[in-house]
Amino acid sequence: MKEIKVLGSGCANCRTTMRLIEEVAREKGVPVNILKVDDIAEIMAHGVMSTPGVVIDGKVVHAGGVPAREKISEWLEA
Amino acid sequence: MFEILGNLVAYQWLGLAPGSRSGDAVQFFVMDVTKIFTLLVIVVYGMGLLRALLSPERVRDYVRGKPKSLARALAILLGAVTPFCSCSSVPLFIGFVEAGIPLGVTFSFLIASPMINEVAAVVLLGVLGWKLTLLYILAGMAVAWIGGMVMEWFRPERWVEDYVWKIHMGETRMPELPRTLAERHRYALHEVREIVGRIWRWVLAGIAVGAVFHGFVPESWVAEHLSGDDWYSVPLAVLLGIPLYSNATGVIPIAEAMLAKGVALGTVLALMMSIAALSLPEMLILRKVIRWPALMRYAAVLAVAFTLVGWGFNVVS
Repeated sequence: MKEIKVLGSGCANCRTTMRLIEEVAREKGVPVNILKVDDIAEIMAHGVMSTPGVVIDGKVVHAGGVPAREKISEWLEA
Repeated sequence: MFEILGNLVAYQWLGLAPGSRSGDAVQFFVMDVTKIFTLLVIVVYGMGLLRALLSPERVRDYVRGKPKSLARALAILLGAVTPFCSCSSVPLFIGFVEAGIPLGVTFSFLIASPMINEVAAVVLLGVLGWKLTLLYILAGMAVAWIGGMVMEWFRPERWVEDYVWKIHMGETRMPELPRTLAERHRYALHEVREIVGRIWRWVLAGIAVGAVFHGFVPESWVAEHLSGDDWYSVPLAVLLGIPLYSNATGVIPIAEAMLAKGVALGTVLALMMSIAALSLPEMLILRKVIRWPALMRYAAVLAVAFTLVGWGFNVVS
């Protein structure tokens, strides 16, 4: 089970990012646990300034903007 | 090329008479839609190739620890080319503070970023010509520079929320940025889809309003009510822009139509700057990190700056 965190203060882009990851994970049948992090201190603790950011199993894989579908696929395969 | 297309659709396919109100409106609409969207795709793609190498986290690293003038110059330049979603204002502000970057420099960045955005600049280029575009960009940089300095005089540290000073930013390694040309190409394409996908409604709405204005509002009415020659029309335009929130791209077709009808240039630019950089939603977001006294000064500094720029342009043109 992959532990995925979406960092963001609840703007439209952050919600889109969460939905996209959910969609891709469902399509690929990868079990994921998606958490939304909107606490600013926790977001910054990851070293991320530009939201939305994506953290998978404790590692920042993306920051700033909605990630591309293909990118998400790559993360889930890794 | 775009004009020919507009003529073709409006006057030949739809059989509207040249010079008629609806004919002119449709012609303007078709011409601007094709022109602006073509430019938009080209520019967003080109900027995407460049941007694949930049991120606010990197900007922070470049700016931190530099002498103040250099830091400010870098912050403004990088602010002009680095995009950030307005929802990132808060983490961005905190990240800059945490890096020990002076608040005045942070304000310069916050002003430059929405005001000078490349989408607006190039659309401006296509619609108003390079001279006005250059003037707009220079004015934006000047406002960002001076605005940040004036903010510093107010000692805004007093009004920064306490928790901001306590946040410790992790030094997590950021994901590798795309390096190869193929990766950058992919990134740029994604940017085009994402940005154009997000703003096309605004742009269309702006063009539609511009087209109606172009076709149906008579010049004499504009000259009487909106000509912007009176001293108070510039501050009025700035005030009008505060509650209106849109990215600059959506405003440009409206600005174009207003200019074509003879509204004074400085008045139009003041409205554009105010809509792009001085917005209520943005203020409410920033309220999470600084208190009202600082925000009110921030808004006032910008409003005064836009008014001065507007008057300046009205005098020059």
